Amino acid sequence: MTSRVVHSTRASRIGMSVAAVLILVLLTVPWWGDRATMRLLVEIFYILALAQLWNLLAGYGGLVSVGQQAFIGLGGYLLFILVIFLDIGTIWTVPMAGILGAVISLPIAFIVFRLRGHYFAIGTWVVAEVFLLGFAQVKALGGGSGMSLPIAAIKSIAASRADRDATIYWLALALAVAVIAGIYLLLRSRYGLALTAIRDSEEASRSLGVDNFRAKLMVFILAAFGTSAIGALIYITKIRITPSAAFDINWTVTIIFIVVIGGIGSIEGPIVGTLIFFLLREPLAPYGTWYLILLGVTAVAVMLKAPKGLWGLFSERFDIALFPVQRRLLLGTDDKPG
Amino acid sequence: MIEWVNSIVQGVLTGGLYALFAAGLAIIFGVMRLVNIAHGDLIVLAAFVAMVTIETTGVDPFVSMVAVLPFMFFFGYVLQRGILNYTLGDDLLPPLLVTFGISIVIQNLLLEIFSADSQRLKAGPIEVSSVELVEGIELGTLPLIVFVIAVALIFALQIGFSRTRLGRAFRATSDDPSTARLMGINQKHIFGLAMAVSLVLVAIAGIFIGIRTNFDPALGPTRLLFAFEAVIIGGLGSMWGTLAGGVILGVAQNIGAKIDPGWQFLAGHIAFLVILVLRPNGLFPRTRDD
Repeated sequence: MTSRVVHSTRASRIGMSVAAVLILVLLTVPWWGDRATMRLLVEIFYILALAQLWNLLAGYGGLVSVGQQAFIGLGGYLLFILVIFLDIGTIWTVPMAGILGAVISLPIAFIVFRLRGHYFAIGTWVVAEVFLLGFAQVKALGGGSGMSLPIAAIKSIAASRADRDATIYWLALALAVAVIAGIYLLLRSRYGLALTAIRDSEEASRSLGVDNFRAKLMVFILAAFGTSAIGALIYITKIRITPSAAFDINWTVTIIFIVVIGGIGSIEGPIVGTLIFFLLREPLAPYGTWYLILLGVTAVAVMLKAPKGLWGLFSERFDIALFPVQRRLLLGTDDKPG
Repeated sequence: MIEWVNSIVQGVLTGGLYALFAAGLAIIFGVMRLVNIAHGDLIVLAAFVAMVTIETTGVDPFVSMVAVLPFMFFFGYVLQRGILNYTLGDDLLPPLLVTFGISIVIQNLLLEIFSADSQRLKAGPIEVSSVELVEGIELGTLPLIVFVIAVALIFALQIGFSRTRLGRAFRATSDDPSTARLMGINQKHIFGLAMAVSLVLVAIAGIFIGIRTNFDPALGPTRLLFAFEAVIIGGLGSMWGTLAGGVILGVAQNIGAKIDPGWQFLAGHIAFLVILVLRPNGLFPRTRDD
């Protein structure tokens, strides 16, 4: 009887095939979809990517940040700075904002990593407030009233409006897919094993030789990289930026609710959460604050009754994982994987 | 020169209020290692409860405490035993995310009921009266009263923690929960009482905010940050440290505002971050956060 360790299951192979088909279909949307659909999809893509990155931070790295809006706004402002003052092509600002965001995240980590657990959360929020208030003081960036992207910069994306919409759409899709694929591959690597160990017990992982600090720092920088790049993309679509909107805590509120309701600590969770968020938002948007109240109550209830979220309930019940990052030990070759 | 001294003196007075915000946060962290993200929103909630009390009964804001304090005490106990006790454990996520959710719910409920308008609790002629300390430095009577009460409360808390039965139960639960349980302390009840005491402080802070400045439903998060900064600057586990933290924060903000009005809160946050880098355990640490 031989034993082996496997990642994939039948469900995950089906899941991967469905994901591949879905991505192919989504790629073709610019040829047949209307403008409103594309705009909605772009928003879904970037919120999904942000949720995945927050889940990587909080669900795997144990770094519960409520200050990720610092990097969204930073990415947005980097777009404007790079385009207006350094004359860089609009699309190229997305990867550059990511890299610069990662660089800036180092001194931030130096400060907030002094705070543990709960206090880390509020510390990141303070940093985001410093960014908000600080950018509002910079006259060259329009101060508190913000600024708009020059028309030339918008035109540089593509000549016609349809081509611009398509370019932005594909860019958003590519970012979302890259973030999910990147996190999936990271979690399946030995770094992922270290992160999962830290998530389950910091003491135990340290005793097994995991460098907790380094692993957490890596996650923090990666999340900053992705979030800043997405921030630049978001403000390409929005065209106008103000400090209070760019560094709004509500970015993080939305993301946290999505991850908690969908299921923290899994890749499927944020996907489920994002779908629920947009399905509820469309009919409930006119009720404004009641919608947020409903989301808040739901998130509290989920956290109390089903801490692994809706996806957690589902996957425990049926033992299904579409993006399995855990290793399964198969005893004997006649055992069929789930 | 005298203007700068004045800024510092006014900052000290504001700091008393911040210390009051912070004391409630520090108590529950001390007793049950819970950081209540809804803390700021509860302060605003208390201000609105006071506003409704004053509008319906026509009493003075100070008198309204007779109703608001017991209400918030009860609210805190029920909140803790009904919801927050179920989040406590080894995992950091549930308490953080649940209080975060509660924060959003309170904020938006207040917004829905009272609109985004700025409100104020009217305290009568005392609002504008002041005492001249020396030439160029005037202390508002109200900020002075708030400061004196804040210091007195923190003094009372410090005494209460070390001398009373409840204080001993708080400290025992904080130091070693399982032994405290063995000694017959009902942990759930103690946690409920700790939150209740915290919300009494919150209620006093909320009423003081209401009479000193304007308030609106969106004010909570920044007050949470001030409270948090005061606790960390002062160092965990010491009420006097918390008072010092509040005063340092208040002074930093007032000096910032003196340089440029846009720099008021920014200066406070930066002072906090600088102290965090230089003295990660705060200025007067008693206990360590791990």
